[in-house]
Amino acid sequence: MLENLSERLQSIFSGLRSKGRLTEEDIDSAMREIRMALLEADVNFKVVKTFIKNTKERCLTADVMESLTPAQNVVKVVLDELTELLGRTDSKLVMSSRIPNVIMLVGLQGSGKTTAAAKLAYLLKQQKHNPLLVACDVYRPAAADQLQTLGDEMGVRVYRGEGQDPVKIAQEGVRDAIDSLRDVVIIDTAGRLHVDEDMMQEAEAIKAAVKPDQILMVVDAMTGQDVVNVADAFAQRVDFDGVIMSKMDGDARGGGALSIRQVTGKPIKFISTGEKPDSLEEFHPDRMAKRILGMGDMISFIETASKMEADEIQEDEAERMARGTLNMNDFIMMQQQISKMGGISKLLSALPGGDKALKQGNVNEHALDDFVIIINSMTKEEREHPEILNGSRKARIAAGAGVQVFQVNQLLKRFTETRKMMKQMMGATQQAQNQKGKKGKKRKKTRRGIPGMGGMSMSDLKKMQDMLSGLDE
Amino acid sequence: MGFFDRISEGLNRSRDRFKEQLNVLLDRGPDVDEDFWESLEETLILGDIGVQAADEIVENLRDQAKRKALPDAQSVLDMLTDQIADTFFEAEEDLFEKNPQLVMFVGVNGSGKTTTVGKIAAAAHDDGRSVLLGSADTFRAAAIEQLEVWANRADVEIVTRERGSDPASVCYETIERAEQLNSDLVLIDTAGRLHTSDDLMRELQKVVSVVRKRSQMPVATLLVIDATTGQNGLQQAREFNKALDLDGVIVTKLDGTAKGGIALAISHELSLPIYKIGVGEGIEDLQDFDAHDFARALIGDMSHA
Repeated sequence: MLENLSERLQSIFSGLRSKGRLTEEDIDSAMREIRMALLEADVNFKVVKTFIKNTKERCLTADVMESLTPAQNVVKVVLDELTELLGRTDSKLVMSSRIPNVIMLVGLQGSGKTTAAAKLAYLLKQQKHNPLLVACDVYRPAAADQLQTLGDEMGVRVYRGEGQDPVKIAQEGVRDAIDSLRDVVIIDTAGRLHVDEDMMQEAEAIKAAVKPDQILMVVDAMTGQDVVNVADAFAQRVDFDGVIMSKMDGDARGGGALSIRQVTGKPIKFISTGEKPDSLEEFHPDRMAKRILGMGDMISFIETASKMEADEIQEDEAERMARGTLNMNDFIMMQQQISKMGGISKLLSALPGGDKALKQGNVNEHALDDFVIIINSMTKEEREHPEILNGSRKARIAAGAGVQVFQVNQLLKRFTETRKMMKQMMGATQQAQNQKGKKGKKRKKTRRGIPGMGGMSMSDLKKMQDMLSGLDE
Repeated sequence: MGFFDRISEGLNRSRDRFKEQLNVLLDRGPDVDEDFWESLEETLILGDIGVQAADEIVENLRDQAKRKALPDAQSVLDMLTDQIADTFFEAEEDLFEKNPQLVMFVGVNGSGKTTTVGKIAAAAHDDGRSVLLGSADTFRAAAIEQLEVWANRADVEIVTRERGSDPASVCYETIERAEQLNSDLVLIDTAGRLHTSDDLMRELQKVVSVVRKRSQMPVATLLVIDATTGQNGLQQAREFNKALDLDGVIVTKLDGTAKGGIALAISHELSLPIYKIGVGEGIEDLQDFDAHDFARALIGDMSHA
């Protein structure tokens, strides 16, 4: 029913791109699509209205950057405005000097508070804090058990308390933290409806009793138009300090983040992206803006990739890749990593235009599997030095892998292209590294270097896409 | 009217806000002008009905208003009730009234599956039917305990295995037990999962197909969706439907200010009936869905104001 977002924006902008100059009419039609895009991303109707009005004005009066086409200028203005609305700087969790620090979590039922509490505890533990989890949800059956289990798994102490009085449990929890020498207390409260007066009063009472240093509201990224009412009610009653967006690993565009920021002025502090305890990430407004517009969350994706790389790549491999002298073993490794990151489709959908390729069905998800089979039929020497492959070797490999020779050739072609691309990308990275001028900490540099991929031009992305598409001819 | 009143009560808050906005429209007087149509679209979009569906409804109404020469805004809004009701796909029969019946509950994390299972179990038990629960959410911490509490409250038997075990095997055992007990209604809770997680969706696919193959009683798979869900709800429903071939939908948490408009889009696009709506915390607050009552409860009073 709903057309793919990024696809539509791209078609609009490609329409605009072909013109030298934009008329007010062009801008109007672009704004109509952007309005649609934002609404489909669940940005609140009223927020969209204001946003479109402001953005249109800025488009008409903007200081036009000469290096960009008028259409690119529109895109840039829209992105800038969105990013600014989402909060300019990355927000972090700031601890006060009080010991223990008290962090209280609030939110609707099913928004993911208990999970977020556990993730927060894990994050703090990684940062050498000594957190205590307090289970104040006395209503949902087994909520305390859930927190207890999660706490046990991470080795974080959980205070459950006796009885049915959440205010008392919260107070005891803080005392327990003092007794057991914990420096941060995370209070998980019961999920509530913002229209439920009793529950709101309870949240207020807990707040008054333990005087939290920070109150974080957990919001489901999939929430629709109602998020404004919810956030507004919580802001008025408990005055939270920031937001954790949960379930960001889904494909919801998370327009609610924009609405919350707009309506309450509260920043998004973290995004929660999975089932595992380490999946609480910092919030980056620029990436969120791109996600809301459906422009692909490439940077986050690249970071996932580089994190994994830092974990797994042996130093010599990293160096070889950096030099752009990739061999077949690396190719296999890349394939494994791609499948770890969620397969080609996830990788592609993180790239601008990727959704479109996926939708058109010209991506063969299993193409890389075939490649692995072919590579597995090569000798060790052939894998390390693919240049030595000649006709008879290819014929042998094809027979071994149960494929045709042209498929082996196809693999080699892809391989050469990849190597060329790696060289280009890594070239930029290395330059950046050389400027920093320090040798020795290779691992760290590799990681830092990867965002240099951001310097990749669109044509490189296009190449990458072409490479992955049409693999099944 | 008793039933209608109960729904109305639950949807009160939703309706009040909806009404408020529509009242603003009506205050503009009887003119059916551009402003009216624009505000109508806004009202619908704010209800999470979705831009496209809102446009469709408005276009439809516009067309009819012109053809039938409707005199004023009120008569248009009268028609809106019908339009909304007609957009829903209606169920042929109530699943939960059938004996025997096995129902599986699926959905994203936090949509309210476990609570829904508990409530339905309690209601069916009160009706004197023999109910069996199966806890196939072996992933989430304490999900089994949560359903056990509900089983105790409802005084029904429950089949569980330890956390981390194969959900399909829990289902298998549940079905065996149901056959021994000759249960009327079997309800199986599954672990919440995002529709974007291929592995988990495949796992669920396997679980559901095991159940469909093994079970001698009819099997229905229902998607549980939170009323606060925005436009992503449609994508969720599509993916779950693609993987599992759903039989219907349950909308929970209609007791806030969320209007659950996305349910309309889901029901319409995927031709899935809505079987139950959750309009409150109490066991009796999980009610049967009726498209007309739903539409009327949303805007009904208003058009006769």
